Amino acid sequence: MAANMKAVKLRIKSVQSTMQITKAMELVASSKLRRAKERSDQCRPYFRELHQTLVDIAEGNTDFSSVYAKTSSNERCCYVVIAGDRGLAGGYNSNLFKTLEAAAGDNRDYVVLPIGKKAVEYFQRRKVEILTEEFATVANISVADCFEIARLLCREYREGRFGHIELCYTEFVSMLSQRPEVYPMLPLTDLESAKEEASAVRDLILYEPDSSEVFDAIVPEYLGGFIYGGVCDAVASELAARRNAMEAATSNAEEMIEKLNLSYNRARQSSITTEITEIVAGAEGVG
Amino acid sequence: MSSFPLKIGTPDGLLFEGDAERVACRTITGDLAILAGHCNYCTAIGMGEAHVVLGDGTTRYAACIGGMLSVMNGTCRVLATTWEWKEDIDKNRAEDAKRRAEERLARQGLTDQEYANATAKLQRALVRLSVKQ
Repeated sequence: MAANMKAVKLRIKSVQSTMQITKAMELVASSKLRRAKERSDQCRPYFRELHQTLVDIAEGNTDFSSVYAKTSSNERCCYVVIAGDRGLAGGYNSNLFKTLEAAAGDNRDYVVLPIGKKAVEYFQRRKVEILTEEFATVANISVADCFEIARLLCREYREGRFGHIELCYTEFVSMLSQRPEVYPMLPLTDLESAKEEASAVRDLILYEPDSSEVFDAIVPEYLGGFIYGGVCDAVASELAARRNAMEAATSNAEEMIEKLNLSYNRARQSSITTEITEIVAGAEGVG
Repeated sequence: MSSFPLKIGTPDGLLFEGDAERVACRTITGDLAILAGHCNYCTAIGMGEAHVVLGDGTTRYAACIGGMLSVMNGTCRVLATTWEWKEDIDKNRAEDAKRRAEERLARQGLTDQEYANATAKLQRALVRLSVKQ
């Protein structure tokens, strides 16, 4: 009985120390989350306006002289995947990869530009062609890095290495819910198909000096801004996912400790009862 | 004068949302001003001074670098890489940046990338300073 008591006690201790860790991680995640959420909230209006403007342009565009505007004959797709740097965030990373797989379908011929260590690891393991691993840590990505990525993507796109660019990241919906999404970015005709049906009358747009020059100038900016928005959202989502996962782990640990305490007390009581019985029996024997 | 809805945004947030009478900035082909009732329009922004005339007639100046300007169904959106209101520009910082960039450009043996970076920094600093003065 004493051995059982000891085992239970050890178990309680180990669960307690695990709980300490999960609790600490929860606190760290929630304090970081506050900052990340602020950044994401700040960036969101820009992100939304940018997207809206580009969708409007894609819908109204009738001039396909720019390489960015016309439908591409190259079916190969490049995915910019923004995942986390670390695990222990519930299904954050795996949900994102699942969404990506679903979007890619049976087509295995694609290139990725992973952002975040987990994404790099995942695609290395699956032997998918990786464009660059320069931007492995999502936590250190700045606006300047995003524009760098955008320039790189534009260069490769112009050279015809791939015909589509899509952005895959986890959208921050609320503290409790994050949704992995895949958004088309290039060519601009891909944006148009996101809407159910284009209106019959197209609004004509005046481009100055001309559409291809405007597109050449704004597309890198647009990609950069879009990726930055994605990074902000993804970082906030990762922290929120981790906070939720750690919160669940902490409450599970609490529950476990409660149960273990109960069985510990039971074991203790039964050992005391046995002792008393033994003493009483011994006393009777002597008497 | 009639006014139109204007939104100015950068990756750091939406800096302005409201009605304006006029917005002027430098595009890749030269200075341009948008008034109410403009047709659908899209252009890329260069580097230079911009100003906005608000509905009540006050004018605000800003340094505006990179991005795009679009007018869609009467709403004007300025999505810039950098948009700093005149009063927010840190003159000392801009002067420091200018000096640093000039020092770097004076050095020999720069790679193309370094040269381009330094030139861009110098241009940005000069734009900020010219707006501030």
